[in-house]
Amino acid sequence: MTTTNEREIPMEELERVTIRFAGDSGDGMQVTGTQFTRTSAVFGNDVSTLPDFPAEIRAPAGSLPGVSGFQISFSSTDIHTPGDEPDVLVAMNPAALKVNLGELPAGAALIVNEDAFTATNLAKAGYASNPLKDGSLHNWNVFSIPISTLNTRALEGLEMTSKQMDLTKNFFALGVMFWLYERSMEPTLQWIGDKFKKRPVFADANKRALRAGYAFGETTEIFHSRYMVPRAPQRPGTYRNLTGNEGAALGFVAASVKANRPLFYGSYPITPASDILHELASYKTFGVKTFQAEDEIAAIGSAIGASYGGAMGMTGTSGPGIALKSEAMGLAVMVELPLVVVDVQRAGPSTGMPTKNEQADLLQVLYGRNSDSPVAVVAPATPGETFWYAFEAWRLALKYMTPVVFLSDAFLATGAEPWPIPSVDDLPDISVPNRTEKAGFRPYDRDPQTLARPWAVPGTPGLEHRIGGLEKADLTGNVSYDPENHHRMQELRQAKIAGIANDIPELEVNGPAEGDLLILGWGSTYGSIRSAVERLQARGHSVAHAHMRYLNPFPRNTGDVVKAYKRVMIPEINLGQLSMLIRARYLVDAQGYNKVRGKPFRISEIEAEAERLIAELRGASR
Amino acid sequence: MTDTLSPGGQPALSPQNAAIIQLTRKDFVSDQEVRWCPGCGDYSILAQTQKVMPDFGYPKENIVFISGIGCSGRLPYYMNTYGFHSIHGRAPAIATGLKAARPDLMVWVITGDGDALSIGGNHLIHSMRRNVDIRVIMFNNRIYGLTKGQASPTSEIGKVTKSTPLGTVDYPISPLTIALAAEASFIARSVDTHTEHLQQTLTRAGFHRGSVFTEVLQNCNIFNDGAHREFTDRDVREDRMLVLEHGQPMIFGKDRDMGLRLNGYQPEVVKLGDDFRVEDLLVHDEQDPLIAFMLSRLYWPDFPVPVGVIRDVRRPTHDELVTNQIEEAIAARGEGNLQALLSGNDTWTVK
Repeated sequence: MTTTNEREIPMEELERVTIRFAGDSGDGMQVTGTQFTRTSAVFGNDVSTLPDFPAEIRAPAGSLPGVSGFQISFSSTDIHTPGDEPDVLVAMNPAALKVNLGELPAGAALIVNEDAFTATNLAKAGYASNPLKDGSLHNWNVFSIPISTLNTRALEGLEMTSKQMDLTKNFFALGVMFWLYERSMEPTLQWIGDKFKKRPVFADANKRALRAGYAFGETTEIFHSRYMVPRAPQRPGTYRNLTGNEGAALGFVAASVKANRPLFYGSYPITPASDILHELASYKTFGVKTFQAEDEIAAIGSAIGASYGGAMGMTGTSGPGIALKSEAMGLAVMVELPLVVVDVQRAGPSTGMPTKNEQADLLQVLYGRNSDSPVAVVAPATPGETFWYAFEAWRLALKYMTPVVFLSDAFLATGAEPWPIPSVDDLPDISVPNRTEKAGFRPYDRDPQTLARPWAVPGTPGLEHRIGGLEKADLTGNVSYDPENHHRMQELRQAKIAGIANDIPELEVNGPAEGDLLILGWGSTYGSIRSAVERLQARGHSVAHAHMRYLNPFPRNTGDVVKAYKRVMIPEINLGQLSMLIRARYLVDAQGYNKVRGKPFRISEIEAEAERLIAELRGASR
Repeated sequence: MTDTLSPGGQPALSPQNAAIIQLTRKDFVSDQEVRWCPGCGDYSILAQTQKVMPDFGYPKENIVFISGIGCSGRLPYYMNTYGFHSIHGRAPAIATGLKAARPDLMVWVITGDGDALSIGGNHLIHSMRRNVDIRVIMFNNRIYGLTKGQASPTSEIGKVTKSTPLGTVDYPISPLTIALAAEASFIARSVDTHTEHLQQTLTRAGFHRGSVFTEVLQNCNIFNDGAHREFTDRDVREDRMLVLEHGQPMIFGKDRDMGLRLNGYQPEVVKLGDDFRVEDLLVHDEQDPLIAFMLSRLYWPDFPVPVGVIRDVRRPTHDELVTNQIEEAIAARGEGNLQALLSGNDTWTVK
């Protein structure tokens, strides 16, 4: 037997690894996952993450609803999703094991904190017997480690209660994983130092825990191999890790700088949109004003007021909040003021599953208002894209004097990916002038190109005028009940939004320009669809992928694209919303592929459905 | 003219400016035809509003009237200033955003009892507790007029209306008590037909910095005629209304011989003479919250109806606090650098 110090442990190279950290919501799994992500990103892997946290802030410790998870996929190649199934599950207690085991493929590694498998915790998780001992885990490669005991031992002598010591055990687990996947501890040690600057004992404890976990990996004999995931080829540049909510907030403030107007964000706390409010509230030195309103309606009302005053007024929420804001969105359509409305979608209807993902608000944002009430809608496809579409939402809102919905979702909002940091100088100027010229001023005159009305803000001498929710007479903006005028105004409002199609890029196709199957998606399904299509193409199938970032208006070539394939498949995390629109608009027999489980699509299920459609097509042509 | 404006483009409320700017009532009359029912109390409120507007020394382009839905909601169309006729109940929310974005504007909110206290109750309350520098003028006719006669939150219990054929079973709300609980920094009441008092009250409201809540008792001669007649009619009003003046004893009555005093903790109407002298009466204090609360609870027929300024205190306004935070952040850390913000604290470079 080799001594621990001299032990030769073989290093295996892998292209991609997916790890899921799971524990009680008080176990620090989000921090653990985030640190692993950061370290891997800084190392140079492509990474994609999916946090999965419970809605309850602190569900009873050890209970099934209290389980919090964080999945990270890191790779030496370009990846688009956080992985279908984990290769490794780190389970900090029996409840975490029970909740996640179903998704762990046979043969995968399972690292458990055996100290947490007490009779009480087993009972809370609903285990009749200890799965570590009853042989029920024989399908998996189980590494049972007394994490709590080892961690407490490592912290001996520190002036802390045993309860405080136990709170650091996630770093022990992280240390083990760092060793197993040959990651540097440095970024995390640094982070701990910064985080606990004012509490040196805690900094020391967490650092010790991390190092102890790493040393345990080195000295224990339970691991027979280490794994190495080499750097991914990335485009040269400077990167950071970015979540969708961070990206959106940065995009909005960048738009404010490039439009040379102050940003105003009125919002009411709601999961999963609140982080945008938190981020923007910290941008005071950019002149950003944030307003935590008394309710969703006041939030959008204040934003409309700010825009009326010449600021960039915006509001953000999730689906239930959009329902409350719809009347005011209609007002913004009628008064034709710039406004950006963020909808970070979550599973519904009603309160639904606040922390779980869905993309079922598409029809709501397009049509969930009284009368014909057109607004522009943009939808980023990845966490990194949120920045660009937040910026784009404002470009359109300002240029066309219109509300624009920025449609994100829980997966984009909390998911993260490496993001090449753009140069501020490369961002376009999106400023628009206020109307100041008195001669010939009419509040509802329109720019012949964009159909935008003038933005005449209070404080401008000689342009005093009145606007409101009552129908406007064309040009003058006076109240009008004239039948012909109403018809004309409805058409003008519609035409203004439709005209945006000439100002946005065409729909891009990844794959053959015509062929057997087009998979058309929008929003956060991008990664799963892209990966599935790459696999299908690699197997020689005639499959293409197009992803819509503009949902109103549609890119002008959308009809041509969807008609160029024998079959069109539209995967959505709803019961068929874009597919209904595409069928209605272009009269093509698009097939929806719809799953609503609060989770992203697996690559494999999109692949399987695509193959089914292709086989059906082959069968039909035979 | 600009010399007298305070730094940062925020015009000062001052009679001096008024003398320089030299606007008149006519400057505030828009070209729109006024459309309220003939005899409506709103005409008087509009006229008094236009009349006092030149006194504030604000350029008229810096004045904004925002309204909700209801008969009162039309008022902004008739003011030759900037105006926004918004949606039901939401005017205080829109005004809050406007004022936060544009501290240089003088913002008025025109609303009614249904708009402010029913559908918009939440916004009204929160604009007051934040001390948003907006002047809320609430027309209280104790009925829904524009929708043709349903009970409102200030309708008296038992009131028979189209929607309450056997009488409403809902107790009325006390607007002034709500305003006090929400900590509005200026609270007042006046009457549509008492034009001089209404002008004085609107003038005080206009010069206040902070959240103004002014209730104007208004008659709806179509759906609730005589809404406040019992105590506002010319022949009874002096006996049935208490006109408040800061620092003055609470005296009322045609012969100025009635007064209000505290008997223990209870207000009591007394007749001045042998038993009670002026020194026994309560003295109005616009800064005293207990007096304000008591006054907000007094109503005819048990007591004379108090009118005038109930409360007037100064505390930092919402827009001042918002602006201060930004100025302090910039003073401490400098103006934001977008490139640094986009980069964050944790980057890596691929060569």
